[in-house]
Amino acid sequence: MNLKDYARKEPRLSPGHRLCAGCAASTVARLIMSASENPAVVGCATGCLEVSTTIYPYTSWKDSFIHNAFENVAATISGVEAAYRSFRRQGKLDEDFDFIAFGGDGGTYDIGFQSLSGAIERGHDMVYVCYDNGAYMNTGIQRSSATPKGASTTTSPAGNEIPGKEQKRKEITDIVAAHGIEYAAQTAPWRPQDIIKKAEKAFAVQGPAFLNVLAPCPRGWRSENDKSIEISRVAADTCFWPLFEVEEGEWKLNYQPREKKPVTDWLEMQGRFDHLFQDENEHLLEDIQEQVDERWQMIKNRCGVEE
Amino acid sequence: MSTEVEEKRVAKTGNEIVGEAMRQINPDTVCAYPITPQTDIVQNFSQYVADGEVDTEFVTVESEHSAMSACVGAAASGARAMTATAANGLALMWEVLYIASSTRLPIVMPVVNRALSAPINIHCDHSDAMGARDSGWIQLYGENAQEVYDNTIQAVRIAEHEDVRLPVMVNLDGFIISHAVENVNMMSDEAVQNFIGEYEPEFSLLNSEDPVTVGPLALQDFYFEFKKQQADAAENVADVVQEVGREYGERTGRSYGLFEEYRLDDAEVAVVALGSTTGTARHSVDKLRSEGVKAGLLKLRLFRPFPAREIAEALSGLEAVGVLDRADTFSTTGGPLFADIKSALYDVDPSVKPVNYIYGLGGRDIDEEEIASVYRELLEAADADRVESPVNYIGVRE
Repeated sequence: MNLKDYARKEPRLSPGHRLCAGCAASTVARLIMSASENPAVVGCATGCLEVSTTIYPYTSWKDSFIHNAFENVAATISGVEAAYRSFRRQGKLDEDFDFIAFGGDGGTYDIGFQSLSGAIERGHDMVYVCYDNGAYMNTGIQRSSATPKGASTTTSPAGNEIPGKEQKRKEITDIVAAHGIEYAAQTAPWRPQDIIKKAEKAFAVQGPAFLNVLAPCPRGWRSENDKSIEISRVAADTCFWPLFEVEEGEWKLNYQPREKKPVTDWLEMQGRFDHLFQDENEHLLEDIQEQVDERWQMIKNRCGVEE
Repeated sequence: MSTEVEEKRVAKTGNEIVGEAMRQINPDTVCAYPITPQTDIVQNFSQYVADGEVDTEFVTVESEHSAMSACVGAAASGARAMTATAANGLALMWEVLYIASSTRLPIVMPVVNRALSAPINIHCDHSDAMGARDSGWIQLYGENAQEVYDNTIQAVRIAEHEDVRLPVMVNLDGFIISHAVENVNMMSDEAVQNFIGEYEPEFSLLNSEDPVTVGPLALQDFYFEFKKQQADAAENVADVVQEVGREYGERTGRSYGLFEEYRLDDAEVAVVALGSTTGTARHSVDKLRSEGVKAGLLKLRLFRPFPAREIAEALSGLEAVGVLDRADTFSTTGGPLFADIKSALYDVDPSVKPVNYIYGLGGRDIDEEEIASVYRELLEAADADRVESPVNYIGVRE
């Protein structure tokens, strides 16, 4: 199927949900759902996607949906999948299902990390999708371990002494891949075909698969509502957010910009980095560029990409 | 008493017999994490799974938080879901306990009662379950391995009853019941299956013809109605517990109600207690009766929801009642059972003087003589104008 065919498919996340204008989470969720060929049970960690799509008595989900709490979507879907396996074995059910867990970066990198790691180790047949907007956006833009260095958030505000978040972000895709699962990938909504292709690969896996999807958040990133997709593209062109996949241990780079752009191109599109452009913070821009370069080089090495 | 089902008599520990009950129930899923003194339940059940004796999908989660989270997912998928835990494990589940009951999922969970940290301690008290007393779970307590076996099987029926649909904790005293070998009458596997029947959930995530949304956001406009419905379900529990207990009795000869009265009819003073201590208290009652003291005992089985009126009516007419609490609330107003009994009596018979005795924390033994001394103090309280010391600690070094 080409992209047009996918666009014509009946959406399984209905319009009318209450996510903000320009929020990429719904774009991501809709693309993921369009790659599923079976009825699904969707789990969602507490977060923007959850609170905005299932406000009682309404739901945007065409499939069965369960929200349990913030830190336990992987464990919750483990239970659903266990029930499914039990019913299949007992001959009480003969239909194929997809099991999908959505979590934001808070519910994935931080509070839900143990639950995720446990579920992956146990080998449940599920596709875990992290929509990474780089902070606790639902509670009002608090820093997470996915927040990029230098970002000003409400718990890592740029102040007179401390210029925003001081630590670099955690690389969750690498950590998940280190569990030795069949498929883990990083993708972004500027390339919908990349999301769909990776989601299809993830659904094809018998066991856990993981997708980390950059999901720009205009409120938290202090960016223009109509620039979310563009920002996600610049994230790839600056090599801040490389598109790669780890398939049965093999690392593969999925996008190499013709000309690697400076990370400032990405930072300057977002108000959360404004303070970095003051003279006294120039060294931070250099640090951030250095980190991006190191990370990019590491990924290229792992993917066997020659200079 | 005539019984409908054949039973066999076995020598088992409390944990072993709970494991056997779980095998006989043959739940669709067990998602569990080991913790002393519950460990044998999980270990034994693992063996049943490994030997193909059950159809259960056994999920060896990485924490109790995930155990209860996975139970919620499984139960929402229409599975008969079970787990087991104790102490800090139950405390770690705390957040999800509320979600399980509020989502009206009939999960059954043996809780092998153990003291909460700190200091860390592996022995019996009720601080774990009492910490979950307002979580919306039904709580049953048993005196011995037989009752725990019977309660585990009945819990399935109670939880899944259409007027209830609430999760159940089956409490058993850590080590005292969980690790002591007792003679227990076991039903046949078939008789257990006949008693619990096929589970037919009202909704399931795994019905693609009728997809459901479980766990939505409900704000000021709907949250309260969810809670009222939950409260209404709690109101139905006592009747269902008695109905299931009667039917169980018809089949096995062992009937169960909300509580058991022992020599309470003509008693002047009585003790109310939960769990294994009631066995010891019964001996104290017999001894005191032989000395001419009109002593009685009320052994509470259903602690949550609290059958306040029924209990108060049973205690009505007593001079004084001693409430044995194996947990403290640190409220300075006594243990959790005391607060409930006192308030129940206030409505029905305020002339009964309630006195609280906190005992046995961290597995400290309580013996027949200590309980007898409680009765003697109650006789003094009965004669006094007012209770001088309403909250007392027994068996502790001052």
